[in-house]
Amino acid sequence: MSLPNILKVSVYRYNPEKDAAPFMQNFDVQIDGKDMMVLDVLQLIKEQDETLAFRRACREGVCGSDGMCIGGVNGLACITPISHKIGKDGVLVIRPLPGLPIIRDLVVDMSLFYQQYEKVQPYLQNDTPAPAIERLQSPEDRAKIDGLYECILCACCSTGCPSFWWNPDKFLGPSALLQAYRFLADSRDTQTRERLSRLEDPFSVFRCRDIMNCTNVCPKGLNPNRAIGKIRSMLLQNAT
Amino acid sequence: MVTYVTNFSRSGLYDWMAQRVSAVVLAVYTLFLLGYVVANPNMDFAQWHGLFSQGWMRVFSLLALVALGAHAWVGMWTVTTDYLTKMTFGKWAGAVRFLVQALCGVLMFVLFVWGIQILWGI
Repeated sequence: MSLPNILKVSVYRYNPEKDAAPFMQNFDVQIDGKDMMVLDVLQLIKEQDETLAFRRACREGVCGSDGMCIGGVNGLACITPISHKIGKDGVLVIRPLPGLPIIRDLVVDMSLFYQQYEKVQPYLQNDTPAPAIERLQSPEDRAKIDGLYECILCACCSTGCPSFWWNPDKFLGPSALLQAYRFLADSRDTQTRERLSRLEDPFSVFRCRDIMNCTNVCPKGLNPNRAIGKIRSMLLQNAT
Repeated sequence: MVTYVTNFSRSGLYDWMAQRVSAVVLAVYTLFLLGYVVANPNMDFAQWHGLFSQGWMRVFSLLALVALGAHAWVGMWTVTTDYLTKMTFGKWAGAVRFLVQALCGVLMFVLFVWGIQILWGI
């Protein structure tokens, strides 16, 4: 795809202290036909209008700060090339992550997301006496948490999930559930039964309808839907 | 852990299982009826009546009716708790949701009793 010299970008703007309602603002950004990451385009826009607010930190897909909705699909601005996201009308549309309250422009309030993360108690729990050096794990057991521990909590999956939009206070969301399974699958954790008993209600896990938006958007290529399926299987085995 | 009083079984796991088992029953029943119709192209009313007069068919149909009720309740409960919430109805959400759920419950009960009446009235 050949890129234009001047890229048209439509950005969601909202400053609750000044604006009565959110609006989309258009910018012309000089890119000279070069492909670049969406974050680079946002930096160029910030040179035009320094009031634009967005989060960023590592700019290489590790910190998870710059999750946003780019061309209608959640992703990390720093590792998403604009050539993949420009619409048929030639406009790059950038909105904040959906389903969470807006603090300003592309910055969302992640409190609900972190509350759900906290609920799954995302840390190793082991009530046996601590060994002198370390709790050993076989290579096979260690392999079971591959594809789980890599989550960077960018919230692209949970905010792409309609079940999380409708019940963000009750449904844990794909990100927290991936973390829940990360500790259920860890051979060193001894609280499996207690962890499962906290997930059996009609909302925490079972509000997932398997539409797989989470797996589709995960910038780290993880599969929260598979983890949710594994949790369901564990709950079923525990109850039969 | 989220607790609710109006879902099917008080447990997400049992609701989920009930919905899947009832889906299998409904699928088998539907395929059987479709297969029967396809296998008997010249079927008349007497033959159709004869099928539903048999004891095993009544049991099978009753099982499908029970499965339909359970399946629909779990599904409609999920729909109402997704969309009829404070986000859409504010402080009236609880009342609106309960009324719609009550309506669904009455409708399913009526369909169930009516179904039994038809099956045993043949």
